[in-house]
Amino acid sequence: MAPVLQIDDLTVSYRRGNDWLDAVCNASLRIESGETVGLVGESGSGKTTLALAALRYLPENGAVRGGSIHLAGRDLLACTPAEMQQVWRGQVRLVPQNPLVSLNPAMRIGPQLAEALPSTPSLRARRSNPDAAVLDALAAVQIADPPAVARSYPHQLSGGMQQRVMIAMALLGEPSLLVLDEPTTNLDVTTEAVILDLVRDLIRQRGTAVLYVSHNLGVVAGLCDRVAVLYAGELVEDAPAADLYRRPLHPYTVGLLDSVPRLGLNRRQAALQPIPGSVPKPDERPAGCVFAPRCSAAIDLCQQRPKASQAAAGHTVRCHRWAEISAGDVMLVAREQTFEVAENLEDREASGDTVLAVLELTKRFDRPRGLADLLAGRPASQVRAVNGVSVQIGRGRTLGLVGESGSGKTTLARCVVGLAERSGGEVTLLDLPLAPALNQRGPATLRRLQMVFQNPDEALNPYRTVGQTLTRSLSRLAGLGKAEAQQRAGQLLALVKLDPSYLDRLPGQLSGGEKQRVAIARAFASQPDLLLFDESVSALDVSVQAAILNLLSELQDEGQTAYLFISHDLSVVSYLADEVAVMYLGQVVDAGPAARIFQPPHHPYTAALLSAIPVLDPTAQRERIHLAGDTPSAAAMPSGCRFHTRCPRYLGDLCAQQEPPWRDAGDGRWIRCHLTVEELM
Amino acid sequence: MTHLSSSVATRTTARRPSRWRAVLRELYARPASALGTTIVLLFILLALFGPLIAPYSATQQIPSEARQPPSPQHWFGTDRLGRDVFSRVVLGARDILALAGLGTLLAVLIGTTTGLFAAYRGGWLEEGTFRVFDSLLALPALLLALLLLGTLGASRNGVLLVIVVVYTPIVARVVRSVVLGAKSKGFVEAAQIQGESTGHILGREILPLVLPALTVEAALRFSYAIFLVASLGFLGVGVQPPSPDWGLMVSEARSYAALTPWALYFPAAAIALLVVGVNLAADGLKRAMQGAA
Repeated sequence: MAPVLQIDDLTVSYRRGNDWLDAVCNASLRIESGETVGLVGESGSGKTTLALAALRYLPENGAVRGGSIHLAGRDLLACTPAEMQQVWRGQVRLVPQNPLVSLNPAMRIGPQLAEALPSTPSLRARRSNPDAAVLDALAAVQIADPPAVARSYPHQLSGGMQQRVMIAMALLGEPSLLVLDEPTTNLDVTTEAVILDLVRDLIRQRGTAVLYVSHNLGVVAGLCDRVAVLYAGELVEDAPAADLYRRPLHPYTVGLLDSVPRLGLNRRQAALQPIPGSVPKPDERPAGCVFAPRCSAAIDLCQQRPKASQAAAGHTVRCHRWAEISAGDVMLVAREQTFEVAENLEDREASGDTVLAVLELTKRFDRPRGLADLLAGRPASQVRAVNGVSVQIGRGRTLGLVGESGSGKTTLARCVVGLAERSGGEVTLLDLPLAPALNQRGPATLRRLQMVFQNPDEALNPYRTVGQTLTRSLSRLAGLGKAEAQQRAGQLLALVKLDPSYLDRLPGQLSGGEKQRVAIARAFASQPDLLLFDESVSALDVSVQAAILNLLSELQDEGQTAYLFISHDLSVVSYLADEVAVMYLGQVVDAGPAARIFQPPHHPYTAALLSAIPVLDPTAQRERIHLAGDTPSAAAMPSGCRFHTRCPRYLGDLCAQQEPPWRDAGDGRWIRCHLTVEELM
Repeated sequence: MTHLSSSVATRTTARRPSRWRAVLRELYARPASALGTTIVLLFILLALFGPLIAPYSATQQIPSEARQPPSPQHWFGTDRLGRDVFSRVVLGARDILALAGLGTLLAVLIGTTTGLFAAYRGGWLEEGTFRVFDSLLALPALLLALLLLGTLGASRNGVLLVIVVVYTPIVARVVRSVVLGAKSKGFVEAAQIQGESTGHILGREILPLVLPALTVEAALRFSYAIFLVASLGFLGVGVQPPSPDWGLMVSEARSYAALTPWALYFPAAAIALLVVGVNLAADGLKRAMQGAA
């Protein structure tokens, strides 16, 4: 039997001006029936292009310029538009990344799904009663109340629900090939875990062949039979999942696996192994092996383009040196785990005076009063984004703040740095009280406290050179004269490991990782005592993220700067942090030393978070804790314990009515729960 | 280090003109915008050197040569009072361009300043400012103009005021939309936590982001302002006779259209040509700005 999808030697290009830029080069991939194949790559690797090309779904300016695509033996490139329409309707379906863009906002879910029913004759009977088919499809994706969802408009559903609807819609066609393009990337970890389990179950039940596109090696590990790694438009390695994670042969795969902080690994134990440099742009692709400029094992031979070689049954790799790597004759720098075990944690704690102390910080947002409220004399309703949070950070130490969207972690940081005014509570910086508003803080205070923001593309003014940005910060914060500031700017760049030639560049000429390095350099201009990082590495590719994490780790050791590090990614937080606080709906529910956070007892929410983190091991057997429903909005705050609406260990009225107490779990670990420490073990 | 910093200085000073040169090149890359830009430049030349070009003065009446069709002596003919239409059209260019240009410039300056401040500060200041602007926008421009000129009396300054009042809110709205988007960006917040003054943040961080949209908006407003000046002249509430105002000329010649149609057609054609030219140039400018960004 022909494979469901067979791609041979495919080259896909985009037109730019009069040139063609190759986004995918000579890629070959096959998916057998019932097989789940993961397509992994960093941003710009061409993974989405390859997936869309496989469906002949390319945008106007894209075209297949070589190779062939066969769907169940049929040559897709030879299909007429009418035939393609038949293929799209029945045989293949796509679940795109952003459901809100793909769903029609003006149409209820039910009718929208009914449109996706295939019109093949064998299903005509079912078309006569489309509603039943639609409700079945919604039930199949574990939607609790299908009739209610069918009546809703897309914007009334949460992100997780929208993605379920998209999956239901794709499955309605009973496709033989399902392509999922980063379906969980915009979702919270706990929601992502639920969707991934759902997808896995659905594939098992139906035997649909799946192409799953993702940038996250962990997500793919738990889901796919086979994983193909894409780099700069080339498939560098393609192997059974178990093989790929245990015995990666391509230096890029090795590097990618090593850049991801393993859960529980701390910076004091080992440095991460980033891949130097960044993914080349399509017009700057090297002529030989595409990975050679970043590869630690590159030799002269790598100036020639390697062929795809068969390393083992079903394991292809595009590298000149795979045999040597396989035999262990080549030491990839990334592989030697240089465990530079830092001084004992106890030693560090001795020097710790408190840099930041936050006591019972509260932030309320007033919701605007509507006309009806005004007439009825109702007061403005308030949303508590942060509710009584107390945290401390010592000199040279890092507090990691973890939480899903809506947990109030960003609001907390903005209140500390002064971009938002706190409504209550005390904040002291080096034992001096910190005024709530930015304009009440003197220059000496501003100098001590800086922040690095989330989005690298918005971190720097696009119209000012790196040099201009840095010198301005130096003269403002460090009070340097013009000449001195210009000189220091070069040193700052060296601090973040960028060449002084970058001073002349505009942000548009930098990669995402480089922009974030400049933003970090700017924050270090005043040699602050406390630096806040708001999801500062979340937008970066893993190989780049690892380099930034290492950089932050080094800078902290040099300057003894305290960090408040915010992220939704527990493994990243635990890597960098000394202490970790877990936030849920504006409150800290679980806090303790980073090393202790991974050992029971856990707050039920922390336990769910931990179980949801994708791990880089396809063979790992883990019990996922599924949280019911979605995070309630801060406007409709649950009474009692805020987590009780979703808690798998809900006790009843006690949880629903009374605020839970803090429980001392020993070694500095505190858990806010009605259950005792013993019960939480 | 010293050679490095000096190269920073030369690069940054060299960049600005090159950006504008790129815009100009883009303008001439498309036939339509090239035509529009050429028309505008020609009219600007007319405005600058009009007195040197015009063979007669704008008000000189030669009764013996009244109502003459176009001829080598009077290229565009003469009107019923014996004034040379060509000279009046040429000399009128300066008036209309200066009035519309100055008005647009003032509207852009005031609109940008208020838009930047109000949108950045937010709160009641923004609410108040933009509610007032909204109510001005709700009135048709011509109605607002008649209202203002009716109370102030028709004069050149009155026309200027009308242009400013009518176009300031529109400019402020354009600026506001950019500011609202920029306010929450990382580099603006980074400037805030560096303790930069509001003036610095608005002028140095946000204004550069506004400039592309503002340039296009200014060009568009200019074309509308030309039309507005002409309309007011035509209605007789703008520039007063015997000024060589194109709108006024059309209005005066209208009653004698059967006798001296040329006195009607040429000023009307001048208005149309200039407005179309500015519009084409503005459109090209928009594309050029998008290309350069």
